[in-house]
Amino acid sequence: MFDWLANPNRFNRITRKLQPFILFIAIITLISGLYFGLYDSPKDYQQGDAVRIMYVHVPSAWLASFLYFSLAISCVFYLVWKHPLADLVSSSIAPIGALFSALTLITGSLWGKPMWGTWWVWDARLTSMLVLFFFYLGYILLSNAFERKIDGSKTASVLAIVGLINLPIVKFSVDWWNTLHQPASIIKIGGPSIDDKMLLPLILMFFALSFFSLYLIILNVKTKMIEKKCEALLLKSNLEEIS
Amino acid sequence: MNPKYRRLFITVIIVLTLGLATKLILMALEDNIVYFYTPNDLLEKFGNTQNIKNKIRIGGLVLESSVKKERDKTVFMITDRKKEVKVVFDGSLPDLFREGQGIVAEGIFKNSNFFASEVLAKHDENYMPPEVADALKKNNVWKGESN
Repeated sequence: MFDWLANPNRFNRITRKLQPFILFIAIITLISGLYFGLYDSPKDYQQGDAVRIMYVHVPSAWLASFLYFSLAISCVFYLVWKHPLADLVSSSIAPIGALFSALTLITGSLWGKPMWGTWWVWDARLTSMLVLFFFYLGYILLSNAFERKIDGSKTASVLAIVGLINLPIVKFSVDWWNTLHQPASIIKIGGPSIDDKMLLPLILMFFALSFFSLYLIILNVKTKMIEKKCEALLLKSNLEEIS
Repeated sequence: MNPKYRRLFITVIIVLTLGLATKLILMALEDNIVYFYTPNDLLEKFGNTQNIKNKIRIGGLVLESSVKKERDKTVFMITDRKKEVKVVFDGSLPDLFREGQGIVAEGIFKNSNFFASEVLAKHDENYMPPEVADALKKNNVWKGESN
């Protein structure tokens, strides 16, 4: 099944058809998500209009975690099955995941100042999210730190898999320890504790950012495949010149 | 064994081992990871507030009708509905500060009074429009913070 998907020609053929739809869904959900999030949704009883930061903050945080999970799984495929496309997928996910974790930290900080009264505290949730961001950066730096690309890919993949341990800590930090950050509102026992009118833009924004990431990741993988092809061609022409 | 499955096996073992090691480290560091103590935790752990010399954080609700302004100082009780601690604070309070609100105060104990150098507001995980909050309170099915 994985081998079937991992054929580069088939990947190109399928994604070429899917890409316009993915972008279309991303744009539609983004526009409607922003409309409901910024305009047609109620203020919060405690937080007033500041609650609207949630519609960027929460989907970003979910994606940062989910993309990290995908990155690590793809690294397992690379290390165990040694398929070169898995490495392309991991290195395509990394910068986008890093972007979303940075966005989570920045929007969280902007939200923390007016609500909590501070930009940053070293509580378990905020710290583990920062650690997630550093794992992304570590992966990117390490995969480019070796002379032979394959050494970098392998070392960085090991790091990414080690970082998997951080994911449950990010998710459950608010339940395991006293934190300034409030506990989960959506994915928890007993159903979401958020008004339906606020849940709608949140879900729409989550779809928008998910489909946009998917679009960017496919684009990234394709670019990297073309890069590889160019390198191979260049190598071939150099060899021909020598002989 | 097939080398693929051997590599998969090694990967799984490494992740499980590191996971266990991390869990043990986090358990050992529990005191440093906990961001604040509730008044009840604090008394259970230290027995008496006289024993607490270091800077510490206390979290709980602002006790109803306990907030008094004394010149530039704010004095209030922080409660977890079991125990209370008297807090003295002379800085600027966050907007969400009010009676019944969850807060975290950082500071030191002096003669069983807690002198806070910083007060942060904590909000709960419930999000709803003001009308819904009012209706819930009116019908006495309010589960959020009392305010």
